Amino acid sequence: MHGRLKVKTSEEQAEAKRLEREQKLKLYQSATQAVFQKRQAGELDESVLELTSQILGANPDFATLWNCRREVLQRLEAQKSPEELATLVKAELGFLESCLRVNPKSYGTWHHRCWLLSRLPEPNWARELELCARFLEVDERNFHCWDYRRFVAAQAAVSPAEELAFADSLIVRNFSNYSSWHYRSCLLPQLHPQPDSGPRGRLPEDVLLKELELVQNAFFTDPNDQSAWFYHRWLLGRADPQDALRCLHVSRDEACLTVSFSRPLLVDPGTETLLLIVDESPLAVEWRTPDGRNRPSPVWLCDLPAASLNDQLPQHTFRVVWTAGDVQKECVLLKGHHEGWSRDSATDEQLFRCELSVEKSTVLQSELKSCKELQELEPENKWCLLTIILLMRALDPLLYEKETLQYFQTLKAVDPMRAAYLDDLRSKFLLENSVLKMEYAEVRVLHLSHKDLTVLCHLEQLLLVTHLDLSHNRLRALPPALAALRCLEVLQASDNAIESLGGVTNLPRLQELSLCNNRLQQPAALQPVASCPKLVLLNLQGNPLCQTAGTSEHLAELLPSVSSILT
Amino acid sequence: MADSLPTEFDVVIIGTGLPESILAAACSRSGQRVLHVDSRSYYGGNWASFTFSGLLSWLKELEPDSEAGDRSLAAWRTLIRDTEEAIALRGQDDTIQHVEVFRYASEDGGDGAEEMGALQRNPSSEASSTLAQPLDPACPSEETHPDSTSPETPARDTPQPDGDISAEVTDGEENQVTGEDGGGQTCVHPASGGAEDENKPAAEDGPDPPRRTRITYSQIVKEGRRFNIDLVSKLLYSQGSLIDLLIKSNVSRYAEFKNVTRVLAFREGRVEQVPCSRADVFNSRELSMVEKRMLMKFLTFCLDYEQHPGVLEDRDVTRRPFSEFLKTQKLTPNLQHFILHSIAMAEPSCSTVDGLKATKHFLQCLGRYGNTPFLFPLYGQGEMPQCFCRMCAVFGGVYCLRHRVQCLVVDKESGRCEAVIDGLGQRISAKHFVVEDSYLSRETCAGVRYPHISRAVLITDRSVLQAESDQQVSILTVPPSGPGAPAVRVAELCSSTMTCMKDTYLVHLTCPSARTAREDLEPAVQALFTPSTEADTDTGDLGKPRLLWALYFNMRDSSGVSRTSYRGLPANVHVCSGPDCSLGNEHAVKLAEALFQHICPGEDFCPPPPNPEDIIFDGEDKPPEAPGTSDIIMAKLEGPEGSQNPESPGQHPQN
Repeated sequence: MHGRLKVKTSEEQAEAKRLEREQKLKLYQSATQAVFQKRQAGELDESVLELTSQILGANPDFATLWNCRREVLQRLEAQKSPEELATLVKAELGFLESCLRVNPKSYGTWHHRCWLLSRLPEPNWARELELCARFLEVDERNFHCWDYRRFVAAQAAVSPAEELAFADSLIVRNFSNYSSWHYRSCLLPQLHPQPDSGPRGRLPEDVLLKELELVQNAFFTDPNDQSAWFYHRWLLGRADPQDALRCLHVSRDEACLTVSFSRPLLVDPGTETLLLIVDESPLAVEWRTPDGRNRPSPVWLCDLPAASLNDQLPQHTFRVVWTAGDVQKECVLLKGHHEGWSRDSATDEQLFRCELSVEKSTVLQSELKSCKELQELEPENKWCLLTIILLMRALDPLLYEKETLQYFQTLKAVDPMRAAYLDDLRSKFLLENSVLKMEYAEVRVLHLSHKDLTVLCHLEQLLLVTHLDLSHNRLRALPPALAALRCLEVLQASDNAIESLGGVTNLPRLQELSLCNNRLQQPAALQPVASCPKLVLLNLQGNPLCQTAGTSEHLAELLPSVSSILT
Repeated sequence: MADSLPTEFDVVIIGTGLPESILAAACSRSGQRVLHVDSRSYYGGNWASFTFSGLLSWLKELEPDSEAGDRSLAAWRTLIRDTEEAIALRGQDDTIQHVEVFRYASEDGGDGAEEMGALQRNPSSEASSTLAQPLDPACPSEETHPDSTSPETPARDTPQPDGDISAEVTDGEENQVTGEDGGGQTCVHPASGGAEDENKPAAEDGPDPPRRTRITYSQIVKEGRRFNIDLVSKLLYSQGSLIDLLIKSNVSRYAEFKNVTRVLAFREGRVEQVPCSRADVFNSRELSMVEKRMLMKFLTFCLDYEQHPGVLEDRDVTRRPFSEFLKTQKLTPNLQHFILHSIAMAEPSCSTVDGLKATKHFLQCLGRYGNTPFLFPLYGQGEMPQCFCRMCAVFGGVYCLRHRVQCLVVDKESGRCEAVIDGLGQRISAKHFVVEDSYLSRETCAGVRYPHISRAVLITDRSVLQAESDQQVSILTVPPSGPGAPAVRVAELCSSTMTCMKDTYLVHLTCPSARTAREDLEPAVQALFTPSTEADTDTGDLGKPRLLWALYFNMRDSSGVSRTSYRGLPANVHVCSGPDCSLGNEHAVKLAEALFQHICPGEDFCPPPPNPEDIIFDGEDKPPEAPGTSDIIMAKLEGPEGSQNPESPGQHPQN
């Protein structure tokens, strides 16, 4: 028929395609085999380059073959003249580019390029920057390429200002770009170095305000874009708090010294990272964590020899030095006293403001204002709500406590997928507030009942607490960190959903433990409690295990020293 | 050559406007034998683009031609059999009215200027122009219809001035043409074409020179071939039916596109950029934070407004004008203006539902090829019909420009149209006939009343809104000047669109006609531009762009005319309308597809050409070697014996 084309049917096309693929696979496999054979035989010559380029040209993600190529190139480096090498390198760079076009997100290819460039005597960095720009033009969020760009910029010593301008140009195109925001966060502190006295990485106020405006532009334009919110949080929370020794406690009765740090640390046995000096002479001790697991922990303790505690002297001085952080703390145990301690009177700032640590509260205030403005327009935006909560905490956790709890309520309603996370966060904030209140009152009793807590944190702050009331919450466990409460005498944890008691262990002074109306199923769950030597009263009423026959006998056997067990 | 024209076809299409050309491509692609003729010497009819001198000679051709009507009346009468009757077709195009030309640029260098490379120059075209006149309605400088009967060849579109059969569609883009013979393997997507092109011209042209360069009229004439002046001003919606069709049919490989770079608004006497994409909103310095949120929120709502039952259920709300609805949406007045005029581009009477629909369409088109929803074809809108003609030719369609068709021949008994008789008195039969409506005679159109489109074409020396790069393609809506007046659509093209010379801008104004084009559009022109003569005293760069040259005309808009309004047309004669007034090409595509379904029921509309490797060759029935080459039709027309094997080597005159 006139003008009508005869075209293969779809079956014929499929068949042709299948044959073609089969052929390709055969070639691919035989080439792979050949490469491996040659490698095994140590025949690392140009033929391997040729073979691997066939395979990598089709599949640049074959990491082993890149290794192969590196081996070959290394060997050839020794054998070839500089001119020959130059041609070889040029070919390799070209080949890499073609592989990047096949897959611009291939780890192996970018890595190989880094490797090659760093071996060249005179690498052409300008060309590499151009390459990055071209690949980012195609996909401005290709983090492989961003990585490579940072490598190139560092090698070529490109000025941070130029790199910032480049990052800017991509933010302008599309601000949903974690890589570009991140690069900003690396470049800005370099561009605006702060005097040594200030905390590291903090930006000068004028720069900070400009950045805040930029990022506000982003989240007012699209409040659901996370990248801007993350950058916002970075801007407001710049300074890393320094390691600090928070509290030192010596107990004569238990012959024990306890240290608490501002963050979890690992004290390696054998290394001298944590030193104890008693009465001006070093004392070798064995440090352990309260739960005995010796993992990174904010609390470490050691047994003291009787000599360090004898009551003949008017006092003993204990000094602990954390060598890694260059901090130390001293406490005195006076004659006739059972215990001695030394503690920073913690302020909210030191304790909990690490996340949003901008110096000026005016900045935080104005950020809070614009976030509230946005929240009025977008009452259901979770990022906005969360940021408001964080800002309020940074400004004044106690003043904003009530308001914060209301925002949590809203946030939970709009983001039910993260309800448990939010409950835990809320518990954390409530606990922090309680700790602050307790410290301001300088008491050793802490009431945390009826707070809807789902998780316990900051327990390392409670080293000196003697009475702790956790009843009427939603706790499911008394976690191992609870073992840090070395002075705890009475623990009330009734009316929760507790199933495990991992933290009620080795508490040297614990006398009373109330666990009514929880979810303890088996007497075996009480096992950790057996290690508390002074426990006399244990109330287990209203737990499932009370229904099981023989529980009382079982418990009596497990906890022989506990005089009164109520079931 | 015309003697060798076959006398039997499946479809004869008269007129090479966009709908006819799409239809021709579709029919040819489906295996229909297509004859595509146009009495004009250029492709596209009222969809064409012209160089500057080409436009001037087009203007001259509009002059009534006394010979045309009765030239060969007697000749074709004799070819009609007794059992047949003839429906005469119109010889003279009268779709263009009220043409007015103003020249503002100084003469500089005398009358000797001529277009470089012009094929056939008519000296009278220069001589007849009058000098610049102020924009005073009281004394319009009429220079239309000079006494001239020798039409100048519109340059680019007629590569073979001696032949009346042009088999090749010249589109002036060698790079695209050479890429085509590989078949479907390397698909040239309009996206890449547009995106790649984005930065190139800007880089070439560099930053604005500090001084405003004076462009003289003779420079315009000299550089006339840099111009590609569209008779209709349209853009392609990135998610519009024409883009979809171009991609689906692979016709996109014949064209290149440039993104419209800015959407502008005209508010309180000022031109400002409308932030319409997410990136625009983010980067805008004019909007406050809250405005950014309000705008984004409203736009996001529009994207899925159907999902918000509260809005649509309230019938009162949906029937009220869109402008009223916007007032209830917590939007500041400037945001309301942006949305109403620049994003929805709504008429004042536009209902809320239509406004939301338009806004949604605008937004859906964003981001596909760039930061605005529109693409503009390089070398002008006139490329579009030609691209489809090329596709038609590739699949065997036969092309004749400057080929008049005198009448349709209708069999009295069956009432069907059997054939046409062309200007050479040849009788050509076919099953279906498609006629662009400007060819229909007065008798046929007796009962039809046409609305008109008011058009202005301006050459200016500067953009209406200067920016870092002077290579901007902008679309702007000037709101109605008063109640009942239409909004004026303005498209401003820079030189990198290949439609105007360096350091000038080509500005198209369009609105539905209320009066003559000048009466309709002059207020908008005066608001945005200043005549070049007045600007002589202008000292700074702050003034409005200067007008160098202006053309006004009214074009008939037959898009709304129903087929039944035409008298006495047989069922197998189909009518294509001329350009409509809207911004997109939706009407043309829809019309072509509807007619195609009529002619080839059940057939796929413009499917992609097969890959070369999927084409089966066998000895007996040789197909063309590959789609995407126009060789076959060349060979067919070259060889009068008709038995030539197009596959034999050495027979490809163009390659």
